[in-house]
Amino acid sequence: MAEKIEITPEMRAVVGVETPPWTHEVTTTSVRAFARGVGYTDLVYFDEAEAKRRGYRSLPAPATYFGTPIFIPGKSNDTFSNPIQTGPSLKHGLRNVLDGGAEIEYEGDICAGDTLTVTSKVADLAVRESKTTGAMLIVTQETTCRNQHGKVVAKQRSQGLFY
Amino acid sequence: MPLRYDSFKEGDPLPVLKKKPGVTQLVKYAAGGGDFNPLHHDFAFPQSKAIGSIIVHGRFKYAALGELVSNWLDHGGRIRKLSCQYRGMDLPDKEMTLGGTVKRKWTEGGEKLAELELFVTNEEGKNTTPGSAVVVLRG
Repeated sequence: MAEKIEITPEMRAVVGVETPPWTHEVTTTSVRAFARGVGYTDLVYFDEAEAKRRGYRSLPAPATYFGTPIFIPGKSNDTFSNPIQTGPSLKHGLRNVLDGGAEIEYEGDICAGDTLTVTSKVADLAVRESKTTGAMLIVTQETTCRNQHGKVVAKQRSQGLFY
Repeated sequence: MPLRYDSFKEGDPLPVLKKKPGVTQLVKYAAGGGDFNPLHHDFAFPQSKAIGSIIVHGRFKYAALGELVSNWLDHGGRIRKLSCQYRGMDLPDKEMTLGGTVKRKWTEGGEKLAELELFVTNEEGKNTTPGSAVVVLRG
């Protein structure tokens, strides 16, 4: 349990630095896998004929799903499937992480067949005291998803809690 | 039936969605979402041992709140915004009740909008995951 966490100038320097773009695929199989993982029963996420009947181009991406990052051994994080950061990274030495929350804002639709280009950056750093875990470093990450036409379709802000 | 703007009012509750994910469901979510943090499937993982159990992915609850809102819309509109905060951990094989209420409905720039307040309560009745959403109705 950390007694105190200091946000160093090196950590501050990482704020706002955008990652190189990474490809996320939205396929019929990946939409089904996500919908199945959540427990959806609406056929729109499983059956293309039903999706078209309800007015979609193909299986729509379930809420909060913005594709699966392509996995490349050595370049992808084996646990979280996201690309291993090649740019400056946050060095805080804290071992445990919990998810704090997330917010997604849609500016367009996402359907199977789309290929998204995703970038992210640390938008904010903060320290908070928690009764159960001691001091926590709160890292707010902002992720931007553009589709194959270059249009921003979704932005997500999420908080990682490190302790 | 697709939801219509004139078919609900402020204060209306959303039909609740019950979930009781076991380890197998969490493994399916890990595969679908790509989050293989052992904290969500491995009881021997040090962080799981420290907590006393594996825990449900926060993102599972986030996505399930999306399912709740999508079920209510029944393709009569789209989610513009969805958010939640993880205030408490949920454990596998425990029933979660997901629900919400219409906080506000209004029209703006020709769009028919509604703001929702969302929750995920555990078996003890504690709201572990407060959230909110903004939806745009088609008709």
